[in-house]
Amino acid sequence: MAQHLSAVARARLAAQRIHHFHGGLRLRHNKKISCEVPLERIPPSERLFVPLLQHGYSDAARSLVEPGQAVLKGEPIGSYSEPDTGYVHAPTSGKVIALEVRPIAHPSGLDGECVVIEPDGEERWSWLEPIEDWQHADPATLGERIRTAGLVGLGGAVFPTAKKVEGAQARGVHTLILNGAECEPYISCDEMLMREQPEKLILGARVLRRATAAERVIIAIEDQMGVVQRMLDSALKTCGDGEVEIVRVTTIYPEGGERQLVQVLTGLEVPSGGLPLDLGLLCLNVGTAAAAADAVIEGRPLIERIVTVSGSGITRPRNLIALLGTPIHELVERCGGYRGDVQRLVLGGPMMGYALPTDAAPVVKAANCILALTADDLRSPQPEMPCIRCGECMRVCPAVLLPQQLHWQVTNQQWEEAEEYGLMDCIECGCCDFVCPSQIPLADWFRYGKGVLVNRASEKRAADHARHRFAARQERLDRLRRNRQDRIAEKKRQLKQSSEGRRKVAEALERARKSRGEDEGRSP
Amino acid sequence: MLEAILPIAALGLLFGLGLGWAARQFRADSDPVVDRIEALLPQTQCGQCGYPGCRPYAEAIASGGADINQCPPGGEDGIRALADLLAREAKPLNPDNGVEKPKAVAVIDEDVCIGCTLCIQACPVDAIVGAPKLMHTVIESECTGCDLCLPPCPVDCIEMVVKEVPMGDWRRPMPTGARANIHGAGGRA
Amino acid sequence: MSRDFATGGAPHFFPPVTVQRVMRDVLLAMLPGIAAYCWYFGPGLLAQIVLAVAFALAFEAVMLKLRGQNLRLFLSDLSAVVTAVLFALCLPPLAPWWIACIGMLFAIVIAKHLFGGLGYNVFNPAMVGYVVCLISFPRVMTAWLPPLSLADVPIGFIDSLAAIFTGALPPGLGWDAVTQATPLDTLKTGVDQGRIVSEIRRAPIFGDFGGLGWEWIANWFAVGGFWLMWRRVISWHVPAAMIGTVIALGLIAYLADPGSNPSPMHHVFSGAIILGALFIATDPVTGCTSSRGRLWFGAGVGAITLAIRRWGGYPDGVAFAVLIMNMAAPLIDRYTRPRYYGEGKQKHE
Repeated sequence: MAQHLSAVARARLAAQRIHHFHGGLRLRHNKKISCEVPLERIPPSERLFVPLLQHGYSDAARSLVEPGQAVLKGEPIGSYSEPDTGYVHAPTSGKVIALEVRPIAHPSGLDGECVVIEPDGEERWSWLEPIEDWQHADPATLGERIRTAGLVGLGGAVFPTAKKVEGAQARGVHTLILNGAECEPYISCDEMLMREQPEKLILGARVLRRATAAERVIIAIEDQMGVVQRMLDSALKTCGDGEVEIVRVTTIYPEGGERQLVQVLTGLEVPSGGLPLDLGLLCLNVGTAAAAADAVIEGRPLIERIVTVSGSGITRPRNLIALLGTPIHELVERCGGYRGDVQRLVLGGPMMGYALPTDAAPVVKAANCILALTADDLRSPQPEMPCIRCGECMRVCPAVLLPQQLHWQVTNQQWEEAEEYGLMDCIECGCCDFVCPSQIPLADWFRYGKGVLVNRASEKRAADHARHRFAARQERLDRLRRNRQDRIAEKKRQLKQSSEGRRKVAEALERARKSRGEDEGRSP
Repeated sequence: MLEAILPIAALGLLFGLGLGWAARQFRADSDPVVDRIEALLPQTQCGQCGYPGCRPYAEAIASGGADINQCPPGGEDGIRALADLLAREAKPLNPDNGVEKPKAVAVIDEDVCIGCTLCIQACPVDAIVGAPKLMHTVIESECTGCDLCLPPCPVDCIEMVVKEVPMGDWRRPMPTGARANIHGAGGRA
Repeated sequence: MSRDFATGGAPHFFPPVTVQRVMRDVLLAMLPGIAAYCWYFGPGLLAQIVLAVAFALAFEAVMLKLRGQNLRLFLSDLSAVVTAVLFALCLPPLAPWWIACIGMLFAIVIAKHLFGGLGYNVFNPAMVGYVVCLISFPRVMTAWLPPLSLADVPIGFIDSLAAIFTGALPPGLGWDAVTQATPLDTLKTGVDQGRIVSEIRRAPIFGDFGGLGWEWIANWFAVGGFWLMWRRVISWHVPAAMIGTVIALGLIAYLADPGSNPSPMHHVFSGAIILGALFIATDPVTGCTSSRGRLWFGAGVGAITLAIRRWGGYPDGVAFAVLIMNMAAPLIDRYTRPRYYGEGKQKHE
């Protein structure tokens, strides 16, 4: 069945038709304001705070360095218990001042352990080993380089890229889709990358094609990205080598979501609980592809990224190239500082990003955008009211769920029903939230509900496991008891039957009688 | 007369057949209720309910010998789930059976352990490894936090340590109704 | 250098739409129909609307206070006003003032708040109020006026008020002289007497395709309803299913026996079919939640209305049909849940 689906996907992609997904919203982009000036690199700050918790779907890395140690640029400073997750590297050369727990960028708002580095200003690299002949290199070699360079998905989910590539190598993909359909308002880091470094992206696409042994690579961009199309087309001429194609998809939020993009390009759905690999596809962000080019062709690990700093609360919005570990307030200062009554700082976009409790938090691999929102942006026209079941949320849900039903179920703790109605397939895009006349925080409820379902599933697994062990132990004890009883019964039987046995029994009885008699004699 | 009896009899026959068909068609395959109760229990096998394990407690609930609020590791959530299953009222946890505590695991202080194997024999899920006169240790991933190893230890070398939730397992909390109407007029009405 | 911020959940923009705006749109959409009604039947309706709204808001305020809820928020959401206006549209223009009181008592206090308030009621409050009054006070609830153009003695505004508040008609007039059967009523009585539909329809009270006056009122309500659909306040599913079912079943009946069944157009443009399809059956709280469910809901309302019109005891059955389908809505929802993205698709094991 999987083979069949994969073949259908391949055929559909060849047909080059654009399909549609259910629902979605047409949002105002607000991207132009941050695309008016070219990319700028900000110099390293006085201190870099590199969090050890950076890769998604894993716990924090273990530090490989100690305070007082000198580090070189690109030197690994954190490793994960699961090696496939990759590494965290020093963004510049300098000295490790401390390992301290301080504010980091995490949805929980909690602090985390960071490696604090004081740059020495010399930018001395630790290793730069380009893989020269990458076009003919073994895919395993390329996968290993992706792993040691610490590449993760730079679209925001920061899933370890090495794991994805290895999965693709194991199961085989026919098409690699590079996601440049940056659909959330304000975020323009991918667009700026494609405008200013299109060659790097194309080369990265070819590197990843080699690494995954895909037949073709598609770069998906939004149809309103005219400048991007031109830049990519001219880059394709110089370094595309016929391996990469550009496809334009309609500009509806959340077109850039992996599952919606797959549906738009192939008309097929990624199975619930499954992956695009089930259709023979692999999706990666364009930023990740550019980082792959850096890692393989230049030999550079992931130590910096493009960050969009935007929002109505920023004086001069723009895109910056920042080293990991740079405190966010320095990026804001570079953009002219805050403007107006800024009430919230968001990492990510306005639909799916999370709020930061302080701008002392550092740039991490997941920091695609920093938004400063003012009081006017956050003014709610009405307090929360009960759900009136208008059904607008159902109309816009890209996952074809029934948010009004899920809301009732989550708030009333009806977890089995919520699972049956597909709560785990919610992509948390926030479309339902955006159209709710009762101003209900639907996306927040579903994020909470999904967490509860995940916890319940893991608790159930642990409980089943414990019951299994308990039953095994009971069985073992029963077995031991039965064996002992059998042995005793057998021994008794033997004693009764043999003459030798009878004699021994008689002697034992005689001894017992004698000792009892002596005792009776002695006792008063 | 006849024109009254015949239609009523016909209707009765029709409904009877209909009910019979429905009974066959919509028959629910139900597990024995004991299995369903046991599936809701946390399988800590600690005995705080007064029964030697989760299965005996489930059997007692099914037979009416025990109440649904005797399981501290299951907590309020567990009581509510049992109440839903058995169509009864949920009630607070019976304090005679214990209190709901955060999940903890047993840790043996290796400096003090004398290798007596009493804790190994007490553990209901065989989570302690060791042998006579050799070091004993708790396998953290198998420990259910049932506390049964603490009383037998003659040198009191076992301690229950609360497991910290790693950041990778952080789950979003319930929305609090502060829908961030930052001018204060917010909240669930 | 660095500063702290308050946090909140995503999305970080707030919906530009509110419950009050949705309800206000519904009221605006009903204005053309109400204006046409007053044009054809006189100003009595306006008095009924004012009375119903006043009683509705009063009862709502009392219930909110008793339940300890935010008065300003829930009174200003205009949901009680919408209930009141829909109820008033079902009343004969000269209904006594205490009908509005009793109707709103049952609608707001019992059907809405005793079930949990906004968003929690199972039955359409306006229809509950109407049905209670219809069954309890059949005579005053069926004392309809003829269109002004046909009336022997048109009742003016002051006289209407007098009739509503005191029950007194202008000297020399009795209720029998002033009231007249509605087109649906006339048709039903005529068919029961064995007359043929085409002959019955020659009476002046019938218009080109529905009842005189009523058909144009329905048209103006339709204009409002389409505007609501464009504003995305209601979806097309319930109106399309309801009117489609009425036309389909009406057509079958008409073709089978044109003598005793009127044409489908007559059904659609008389009585409360258009009003019901666009404003009553589309009540979101008491209807189905899935799109397919809404189609079934609308079809059910249409079918039951036709059945009551043909065989039931009342000339128009929209209110009863809506209440019956309200009962069926949760069951329909359970069986019409749409397949979500990726559900049931095979994945590679």
